[in-house]
Order: sequence, then C-alpha cells, then structure tokens
Amino acid sequence: MTRLMIALTVVLALLFCTALVLGPANIAPLDSLRTLVIDDQGALTLVMREIRLPRAILAVLIGASLGMTGAAMQGYLRNPLADPGLIGVSGSAALGAVLSIQTGVAATVAFALPLSALFGALIGVFLVLLLAGPRGSSLTLILAGIAISALAGALTSLTLNLSPNPWAASEIVFWMMGSLVDRSMTHVWIALPFIVVGVALLASLARGLDALTLGEDAAESMGINLKRLRLTLIFGTAAVVGASTAVAGAIGFIGLVVPHVLRPFVGARPGRLLWASALGGAILLLAADIAVRVVLPTRDLKLGVLTALIGAPLFLHLIYKTRKDGL
Amino acid sequence: MLASVPSFKSKLIAGLVAFSPAIALADTPPMRVVSMNLCTDQLAMLVADEGQLLSVSRLAQDPEGSAMAEQAQTYLPNSGFAEEIYLMQPDLVIAGSFSTPATTAMLQRLGVPVVVFDYASSLSDIRDRLFQMGEVLGHQDRAAKIIADFDAQLAALQAEITTRPKAALYYANGYTSGDSTLAGQILIAAGFDNIATEAGLPYGGNMPLEVLALMQPDAIITSSPSATTSRAEDILTHPVVDTLRQKTGTGWFSDRDWACGTPFVLNAIADTAALRRQLEGNGS
Amino acid sequence: MTLLCVKNLSLRRRNRDVLKDISFEIGAGELIGLIGPNGAGKTTLMRAALGMLPSTGMSSLAQLSARDRARAVAWMPQAREIAWPVTVETLVTLGRLPHLAQGQKPSLADREAIEEAMGYLDLTDMRDRTATRLSGGEQARVLLARALAQQTPLLMADEPTAGLDPSHQISTMQTFSKLARAGTSVIVSLHDLGLAARHCTRLIVIDDGTIVADGPPAQVLTPDLIRSTFSITAWYETTDQGIVFQPLEVVT
Repeated sequence: MTRLMIALTVVLALLFCTALVLGPANIAPLDSLRTLVIDDQGALTLVMREIRLPRAILAVLIGASLGMTGAAMQGYLRNPLADPGLIGVSGSAALGAVLSIQTGVAATVAFALPLSALFGALIGVFLVLLLAGPRGSSLTLILAGIAISALAGALTSLTLNLSPNPWAASEIVFWMMGSLVDRSMTHVWIALPFIVVGVALLASLARGLDALTLGEDAAESMGINLKRLRLTLIFGTAAVVGASTAVAGAIGFIGLVVPHVLRPFVGARPGRLLWASALGGAILLLAADIAVRVVLPTRDLKLGVLTALIGAPLFLHLIYKTRKDGL
Repeated sequence: MLASVPSFKSKLIAGLVAFSPAIALADTPPMRVVSMNLCTDQLAMLVADEGQLLSVSRLAQDPEGSAMAEQAQTYLPNSGFAEEIYLMQPDLVIAGSFSTPATTAMLQRLGVPVVVFDYASSLSDIRDRLFQMGEVLGHQDRAAKIIADFDAQLAALQAEITTRPKAALYYANGYTSGDSTLAGQILIAAGFDNIATEAGLPYGGNMPLEVLALMQPDAIITSSPSATTSRAEDILTHPVVDTLRQKTGTGWFSDRDWACGTPFVLNAIADTAALRRQLEGNGS
Repeated sequence: MTLLCVKNLSLRRRNRDVLKDISFEIGAGELIGLIGPNGAGKTTLMRAALGMLPSTGMSSLAQLSARDRARAVAWMPQAREIAWPVTVETLVTLGRLPHLAQGQKPSLADREAIEEAMGYLDLTDMRDRTATRLSGGEQARVLLARALAQQTPLLMADEPTAGLDPSHQISTMQTFSKLARAGTSVIVSLHDLGLAARHCTRLIVIDDGTIVADGPPAQVLTPDLIRSTFSITAWYETTDQGIVFQPLEVVT
C-alpha cells in the first residue's frame, strides 16, 4: 500500500463513522455506534442496522463502483471526459431498472432488478463505444453521450408517465438524480454480488490500460488482447453501473471528478488510478451523502444535485482545456 | 391521481384560485351541471336531482380512488379539458381548487359559469362544502339533511373515545400528514394522536424513516399497496416499517374514503376507530 | 540465427491486393530499411508480419502467442502516442510489461533493463520530467527507450524519423546502427532515401505490394530502380565520408 492508498483508506473510515452517527433523528454518536454493535432489542438498533448502516455501505459500494468505472473508461478511451453518467450508461441502466419495475419483472426474482439495469447499462456502454470509436475523440464521445442520455431519459419518463403510478414525477427525479434515502439491507444484498464481480473485472484491466498509454497498436504488440480488454471493460462497467443505478438511481460526475483529482497522485498511471479512484469515489459519495443530510436535513435533496454542482464546473474546465490542447 | 396527492399541499394551492361570481345562486337551479374534480363529483352526486348532473370526472368512476364509483358509471365521464367540457354545453361547471387555472379561466372566457370548490382540510369543511353544494345546485334542504346525518354518525363514533394512542400516517416516498389536513382530522376523530404533530409537521411532509422508528407509534397506518409497482412505495415494505408493523397496530387507508371531504370519511373514521379498539383490547 | 521469416505473405483488403507473395528472412545484427513510395504497403507489411493484420502465407512472428511475440519483437507505431502525463521513467518502464504479470513489481533485472535503455538514449537526467511536455524529438527518444527496455532481439519501427529535425533523425539512425552492431536487428520504414542509404545494412524496396529489390544499399539503389519505383533521379556516390544519396528531379 502506498501512502496515498493509506491516506484515502483512513479518510474513508472516518467518513463512514461520520455517516453512521449523522441522521435526522438526534442520537448521541457513542450511543448510536454502541447500539449498532450490541442489539438493544429496540428502535435504536433498528435505526442503526436497517437504515444508517445500509445507507453508508451503499454509499461506499456505489461510490467505489462509479469512481473505478470512470478511471477505467478514461483509461480505455484515453480521454479524461469519460464518465458513466455523462456518456449515458447510468441513464440506460435507469431505463432498464424502470422497465423492470413497471412491468413487474423486478418483483418476480430477487436479482431481476439489478439484472435489468445491468442489461440497460450494457446497451448504453456498447452504443457509446460503438459511436465514439476506439480512440474516443472528445467530440464524438460527448455527442454520443448526449444522444444516449437524452434517449434513455426520454424513454424512462415515457415509461413512468404511461404507468398508472401517481408518483411518476418524483420517480423521474429519483432515476435522473439518484438518492440513498431509506435504502435497506435488501438493496445491499442485491447490489453487492454484481459490484464485486464488476470491480474484479475492472481491476483486472490495470495492465492493459497502462499499455494503452502508448496507443492501441503498441499495446497490442506488447501482448495485450484488446478484444478481451474491451469486453471486460463493457461487462465490468455494466455490472457495477447497473447494480449501482438499480438501487440508487443515476448519480453523475463521480467517475469524472475522482480520477481527475487523483491522477497526479498516481503519476498519471491508468492502472494505479483504478483502485485509487475506487477509494476516492467511495469518499466523494459518502461525503456527498453526508452533505445532503447536513445541508438540507428536512428536504429530500438528491445526491446527483450535489455531485453535479461539484462535477459540472470541472467538466466545463476540462472541455475548455481539451479545446485549448486541440484534442 | 388527484386524490392521491398528500393533502398538505392543498393549503398552498387553495389560495391561488379565485372564486367565480355566484352565478349559481340565480333563481332557477342549473340543469346541465358538469363536475370536473373527484371530490366535487361525489358531493354533486349526493346532492343533485336526477338529470341535473350531466358529467363527472373520469376518476370518479375508478373504484380505487372513488367512494361512489358505481353511481358515477351512470354519468358521462370527462377528462377535465376545457374543449370537451365546453362541447357538453353545461350551464354550470364545478371545479376543485386543484383543477388547472388554465382550464377554468378558459371556460369562463367561453361564457360558461364556473364554481370553484375549496379543498376540505377538516371535518367542518365537509359541512361547509355540502352546504355550498346545496346552494349551488338549489337543493339546500337535501344538503341540510345530509349534514345532519353526518353530524349524528360522527357524534356516535366520538362518544366512546377514552384513551388516545399515537399513530403514524405513512405514505409512499415517506410522506406523512399532520393535524391540519383532512387525513389528520380523520385520525383525531378516530381517537388517535398523530406523531407527525409531535415531530413538528402540522401539515405533514417528509418524515425520515428513522424519525418514524424512534417515535415509536402505537399504530402505523399506510396506504394500501396499489395495483401497480413503483419504487415510491418501496419504503412501505422497508424492513423497518415491517418491524414496526409487527410490533404495533397496522392499518391501511384507502384513497376512496380518506382523500375527499365527503361524508364517506365516516367510513375511514370507523375503520381507524376499530383499529384503536383492537389495540386497547390487546393492551388490557 | 533467423529472427523473422516471412514466406509468401499476401493480404487482400477491399478487393485489392495490398501485399502480394512477400518472402524474406532477417538474421541477427541487421539494420533493414523498408523503403517504397506512399501506399506501397510498408506499414501493412510490418503489421502483417507482426500478426496484427489477418493475412495468408507465413510469418514466424505471427505464429507466436501474444506474450511470446512481445518478447521476440518490439514495435514502434508511427503515431507517437503518449496519452497521459506520465514521467519519462514510467513510460520507459511500460516496455517491461511483457515480462511482468498483472500486479507484479519490476525485479532487479527489470530495473537494470530500464536504466540501460534510458542510459542508451541519454534520458537518465530527464527521468522525472513529464513525457507529454517534452519536445517532439525528446518524445521520440523516450518512446524508443521504451522499445529498447522491452529487450527483444528484433525491433520494428514505422517511420521513426518522420517529423524530426535533422540532428534527431541522424541520432535516431545512429542508435539503430549501434543496436545492430551489438546484435539486435532493426527494421525501419523510411521515406528519406539518404538516411536509408547511409545507415542501413540492407534495403528492402516494395512497390505496389511486392518486393522489387532486397540487398545492400549499393546494390539496390540503382538509377533504374530509383526511376521506376520512386519516379525520381538521384545523385549517388560513395565518398570518404560514407554513402551520399541525394534525390534530384521528378521524372515524368
């Protein structure tokens, strides 16, 4: 473990504890941690184990997923503008999830919901890579992302508007902006297997992404199987983004911000950036989720609002820089 | 759909729609009346003469949300668009304060008299709306009789209240209703105290799940699962809510009896009072 | 020792014969210039010989597994791509990738190979500079060091001198010469016939997908071949400063 990884782990652990002791109900921090470990047979343990713990765990899992996916996609496309939310992968996953909920498929088997979201994400990431081409130039990448996001968003809204469900408007906001409010351990269990598999797939790309620093041809000549690398990336991304979106909606910009911030600390090596971004993503999402509880505790402020407020200015800065460099 | 909107919002919207001139108080009662709001539909069906009411909203025919779905089948349904209502050539249109201002303004511009009924947020509002409907339709006597019946039944339901257990009203997306709403008033009339008031939400609003859990209500009353699936309703099957249900009294409310200020709220009060008696029975 | 053996290599693309029945062998210690006009098939020939393009016929490198091939030949594509602002040392270290498994730290032998490659190209003092901020000539040197760090008996480079100033062009060719004298063979595609004539030990001329000449520069660069393949005239002489080749006029 490098110093960076140790520092990130420490920050993550601190934030995790903070997330556990913060909530709309005022419980003394020590009481809350004690009742988390020792069952008091009452409401406190219930709150800690069934509300705050799953929320904090999901923030870590989903943040890590999105951070790592961002690093992997940027490494593969050799473009710092790639982010699963921006290029429409999260939106496609949300469409898959919404379709499975509205058709009732999600209620049939435990894993139907994340699987449908995974399938949606698969179509999204496949389309983006198809449209953007192997060396995703910024222009085609962003244009492809806009088109796929718009289409997935429109189909999601259409599906929800066609349903006789009276909460369509609030559901649309959830799927577009994302939230971790009142998620339960059930959600942890349905997301966890997909995230573990997806993260393992993405982590296996380290060597290939390093080699891609020199371009596709050079990487291939150094023994990297580009076809397998591409498939691993597609399935890994679909698995983590699908599972994350299925339980928390589409949360944007984590995959954009985190690799950008951490890149200088890992010597810009795409392979080392993967795990660093996973930790960084977990930190950012946990911090964002703490912020929505502290800033506007009585309103259901959506996570995506906060991540976009941080991420969008950075995105604009990156576009400006890209234009200057004439990429 | 209208009926499902948590009623705390009514206060915000009620002020926005102005009452139209009391055209309906003219000497001859209107004979081609169109109602375009689920709640006024039911009041009108209760008070109107046969043949006097021409059309009710489509929602009034839906048994999930309407207490008078069966009677409503005998009227023309409308979807609340100015064009279709104008073509019915009504001599009076009754709208609720939730009806879009654009539609009522358009109808008035076309020369159709429109009466806008305010939303009922208390039991006495129900009396007022019944009285108003009697005046608008020219059947003050019939309205007075319905009000008297309502008062008598309500008094009978209130007579036996001794203890006041705490209850929580919990809807999809974690919403709750406070004392200043019709649902809150139903709860009070049924002999419960509302934890939303204790939590500082007199009109209701978003109540975080952990606040609900720590308030430890004696009963939790949630909306009955709708026929469709949605993630908004996920929260009603959250492990915490399930645990609370196991430990406490469990009630369900249905939009048909809870959402509109009509005498049918007596059904809601009776059901909820039965839940309270059941709790008291367990306690003793 | 044969480092590369190509036999009857042919490649069709979009109903056009890009390579027709190409055969040659490469032994140790050769510096081979692959020359020919634009579109003759130089890049295609190198990529097909590496097994990176589907072709018919035989290439000894294409038969190897991806991993073994990466230890048998280092390939420098024409596009000098450095996607991320890594340091010079990190970039050169990438050359050791074929020798390392996923997650494996470079061993002492790996570190020696990296130091040797950087020393060979005079990069030792620049090891901590950011590669993307270097000049074009310096970047070319860093990328060459990466290929050297791969420590393969054969090096293939596609137009390594393109876009470089004269001094960088010459020093690049001198590096290749030095490598060849030490036993490593190098194949470079070139447009500058003067550089090819002066530094290469052997020239393979291809035109329209076939080899039209193969041999030492003095034998290959005849006025007839220059005229028929490149449509130019040239002045050629062996002087006491080595071979001098200067293209003169376009032949119409």
